[in-house]
Amino acid sequence: MTRLAIELPGLSLKNPIMPASGCFGFGEEYGKYYDLNQLGAIMIKATTLTPRYGNPTPRIAETTSGMLNAIGLQNPGLSEVLTTKLSYLSQYDVPIIANVAGSTVEEYVTVCDKISQAPNVKAIELNISCPNVKEGGIAFGTDPEIAYQLTEAVKKVSQVPIYVKLSPNVTDIIPIAKAIEAGGADGLTMINTLLGMRLDLKTRQPILANQTGGLSGPAIKPVAIRLIHQVSHAVSLPIIGMGGVCTVDDVLEMYLAGASAVAVGTANFTDPYVCPNLIKALPQRMDELGISSLSQLVKEVRKERQLIC
Amino acid sequence: MKQEMMQIVKQKMIAKDIFELTLTGNLTKEMTTPGQFLHIKVPQQDLLMRRPLSLASVDQQKKECVVIYRTEGTGTKRLSGLTSGGELDVLGPLGNGFKICDVKKEEHILLVGGGIGVPPLYELSKQLKSKGAIIHHILGFHDKSALFYIDKFKKLGTISITTDNGSYGIKGHIGAALPEYLESVTPDAIYACGPNALLKVINQQFLEHPRAYLSLEERMACGIGACYACVCHVADDPSGQKSKKVCDEGPIFKTGEVIV
Repeated sequence: MTRLAIELPGLSLKNPIMPASGCFGFGEEYGKYYDLNQLGAIMIKATTLTPRYGNPTPRIAETTSGMLNAIGLQNPGLSEVLTTKLSYLSQYDVPIIANVAGSTVEEYVTVCDKISQAPNVKAIELNISCPNVKEGGIAFGTDPEIAYQLTEAVKKVSQVPIYVKLSPNVTDIIPIAKAIEAGGADGLTMINTLLGMRLDLKTRQPILANQTGGLSGPAIKPVAIRLIHQVSHAVSLPIIGMGGVCTVDDVLEMYLAGASAVAVGTANFTDPYVCPNLIKALPQRMDELGISSLSQLVKEVRKERQLIC
Repeated sequence: MKQEMMQIVKQKMIAKDIFELTLTGNLTKEMTTPGQFLHIKVPQQDLLMRRPLSLASVDQQKKECVVIYRTEGTGTKRLSGLTSGGELDVLGPLGNGFKICDVKKEEHILLVGGGIGVPPLYELSKQLKSKGAIIHHILGFHDKSALFYIDKFKKLGTISITTDNGSYGIKGHIGAALPEYLESVTPDAIYACGPNALLKVINQQFLEHPRAYLSLEERMACGIGACYACVCHVADDPSGQKSKKVCDEGPIFKTGEVIV
């Protein structure tokens, strides 16, 4: 095992860096520009039972050190993802984490059941925190009881571990994280985008056609760090951290907060090569900081957490 | 698509709020198709999103390319302050570009551009001219102060100009200049770039034309098809679920292909 390797439920990662869902399509686009085998894993775009067009345009707006998006879970639907998108990715020796979204418990269960049987899908990221769709999505992620029930339901059918993606758009994230742990989840991913809005001074109207959208980018990193730190003290589940990661220092800060792997989102849009660049730069920064291996760093952080608790 | 730090050769204001930026680098070797765009990172840390700017001209011998843009927000204002000697992080060329392989000598070609949609037509016009086509340009601007590249276009073909307030050329939008041209010529191909109102006129007028093309604009994040921000609806799709991505499946579409 190399110093960048990390073992998580269902995931043997050669390094901890993976593109976050929604920021990497289904891999094909970036696959034209670099060898995806370099990545620790790939979190593919959200998949729903039937195709979704998503929200009207404009779907994005720039903010200071961030970006708002209201894509609205556009995807070609489960059948097309299984036959085309996952088949394309099977040429790579990279674990795929399938992000699953839905409007009803039944829809989540069906998609998790089917997609977890794909040979290259090694884990599911349960999307109960998308702020850009009216039906389902975030409704499942803001009520502990509903989050518990959904987690329990998909765990019964899934052939692979379930990671639940937490929303920062709640008053208290701890009861939700605990409910998801009680529901049998294998891990958490956090955080999804923060609900935000921008207005155009000339038109006096919202810039996004959807009016509101999810804020991502470096602007949200302190929120992500705080929430990961908080949740990692409250539950025993491993966490894949994300939210404004751009540099190797951001990656290591996520580890110190309690993450065990790191996903990169909006930074892919600024620099399409950000993921391989981070993987390449990480060992030198670890040397400078006296970090022998990431798995050792996880142990240190967890030990410290036990002392605090 | 490649990423390169390109050198700024020069920059100058060529009309009100309109800037001409000349860059040099090896990336120019890839820039062969008119209508493609560059995705340029504004050198300011708190501005994350690249700006899609269309290629106005390319000089392969000098390894130089020109982009023309209008200052509208913080990013383009920051770009307009850059001077020669600096560097810019450039991704490109992106997008499909105009299809011109089937253009033959002495064919009549109509180019229609509006405002900041005019620049990509210049490289297109140059390449069409080199194929021996007979080119007519209809270019629309807000007013006289917004005009640019008129003399350059005149060297490539005939030209009709409209301004919204009539301060130069024909008063009104490009629709005001179209009937007169069509009275005398039936174009073999049409290429249009500009605001949606202009594209709607061309789309409607040449809906059934086999060689009429529109260059669309939409807010985009990645520029390579991964983020799904810049989609448009496909025409003749009762389900409303089919879409095309402007950045990598476009920005050029045939008339009638997508809903403008």
